[in-house]
Amino acid sequence: MALRTPPLHDRHEALDASFTDFGGWEMPVEFDSIRAEHEAVRTAAGIFDVSHMGEITVSGPDAERLTQRLTTNDVTALGPGDAQYSMITDERGVILDDTVVYRMPETAPSADAPGSDATFLFVPNAGHDAQMHERWTSHAEQWGLTADVVNVTDDYGMVAVQGPDATAMVAEATDADVLDLGRFEATYGTIAGASTWIARTGYTGEGGFELIFPADDAEAVWDAFDCQACGLGARDTLRMEMGFLLSGQDFDPTDQPRTPYEARVGFTVKLDTEFVGRDALEQQAEEGVDEKFVGFTLNERGVPRHGYELANEDGESIGVVTSGTMSPTLGEPIGLGYVETAYAEDGERIRVVVRGDTKQATITTPPFLEGY
Amino acid sequence: MSFDVPDTLNYRESHEWIDPETGRIGISDFAQDELGDIVFVEVPDVGEAIEAGEDFGVVESIKAVSDVYAPVSGEVTAVNERVFDEPELVNDDPYGDGWLLEVELADEGELDDLLSGSEYASQIE
Repeated sequence: MALRTPPLHDRHEALDASFTDFGGWEMPVEFDSIRAEHEAVRTAAGIFDVSHMGEITVSGPDAERLTQRLTTNDVTALGPGDAQYSMITDERGVILDDTVVYRMPETAPSADAPGSDATFLFVPNAGHDAQMHERWTSHAEQWGLTADVVNVTDDYGMVAVQGPDATAMVAEATDADVLDLGRFEATYGTIAGASTWIARTGYTGEGGFELIFPADDAEAVWDAFDCQACGLGARDTLRMEMGFLLSGQDFDPTDQPRTPYEARVGFTVKLDTEFVGRDALEQQAEEGVDEKFVGFTLNERGVPRHGYELANEDGESIGVVTSGTMSPTLGEPIGLGYVETAYAEDGERIRVVVRGDTKQATITTPPFLEGY
Repeated sequence: MSFDVPDTLNYRESHEWIDPETGRIGISDFAQDELGDIVFVEVPDVGEAIEAGEDFGVVESIKAVSDVYAPVSGEVTAVNERVFDEPELVNDDPYGDGWLLEVELADEGELDDLLSGSEYASQIE
C-alpha cells in the first residue's frame, strides 16, 4: 500500500531529508544529523513536521459524554482552549493509544480554522486515526449517543516548534497572545496567513508549541520559522531523554499490552469517571502492578535497544527494553522498559543483555536530564 | 550526493573497505553517511580470527545497529582503540582515523573477490 505523505513532503525533499515509514506515513527521519537536530532543540529551537499525527473532531450534543467514556482522563475538567493528556484503553485497561484532547472554543475565527464547530479535537498517533474514528463512531452508535465524529487528519498539517527559543519565535510569528498560555493551553491565531490552532504542548521536554493548520497552508507556516529542521530521529532521542512513551513501541495492544499504571501514566486515569477499562484499572489500582515502566542508564559501553532482555544480578530475566539510545545530551546510553516492580526503584542495579553480553545498568527514573 | 571512494582500496558490496597493502579495514564514506551519527563500535580483539563474508563486529548509530562483514579472512593484528571512545571518527574520517582494525591476510587471493574503487563507486551511485 502506498505510504501517506504529509503536505510538507516537498519541503522535506528540498532539504534532502532521509525518510522512513512511520505508521504508514513517509516521514523525514533526519535532515542534517540526529545529533545536530537534537542539540538545536536543547539549546535553541527546532521545527518538526508531525503531520502524521491524527486529528479527529467530535461535536454534537453527546460529544462530551462520548469522549469521557472513551478516554481515561476527565474531559469535563477541560475549559475552552484546554488540552489534556489521556489514554484510550480497552476493557482490560490495556492502552490502545495515548492522545491529547483539546476542548475547542465555542467560536472559531474562521470556518477553515482547525476544529471549528467541534467540541473536542483529539490527536491519535500516526496510523491510528481511522481506528479511533471507528472506535468513537461505533461506540456512539452502541451507546445511543448523538455525536458527529470526523477524521480530519488529511485536512490539516501539524508542526512542532520546540526549544528554549521556540516560544519567542512563535510569539513573533503570530498575532495571538501566546505568551500568556500555560502548559497544555491553546488558542487560535494566524501564522503566515493561516488559521492556526496554537497549543503549548510538545514531546521534547522543551518549551514550545504544536501548531495545527489547514493542509494547504503547511508550507507557509513551515517557512515562517527560521530554525533547524528536525526529523523523527531527533524527536525519538529527545522524548527518550524525557522518558515519554512511544506508541507502538513502549506500549502496544498486541506486542506490548500495558495498562496506564504499568506504563507510569496513572495520573491520566480518573477512576471517578466512567470509561471503558475503568473497572479493570480500579482493581489494578487496589492490587498494584507486577511490572513497571522504568528508565535506566547503562554503566558499560553499548547501546540498549528495543527487545533486549533485562536481568537481575543473578542473571534471571526481570523485564525487557522497549526503547533505548545513546543520549545525545548526556553522551551516555539510556533506555526505557518494563521490569518487575521489585526492581523498579531508582538506583536499583540491573543488567541489560546486549547481543548475548550482560552489561550493568542502574534504574534511573526519567527524565534523565536535570531541570525538567 | 557524491561519496569519497579511494581507488587504492578494495570494497565489499556490504560497504566495508580493506587496504590491500596494510590489511587495514573500515567502512565506506557511503556507509557512514547512511548510518548517521555513529555512537558505538565493537570489533574483535587482537589475535582473534575473522573470516571472509562473516560478520566480525557491529557499528551502531543513534538510529540503527549494523553488522560489519569481513572482506577477507585473517588474524587481527591491530584494533583502532580510538573509535571506542570517539566513535564519531568513523563519520568524520572513515578512511583515516575512523579505521576499525588490521588483519594479516590468510589468503591474498580473496582480494580478487572484492570490488575495485570504480566498481564500488558505480554500485552506490
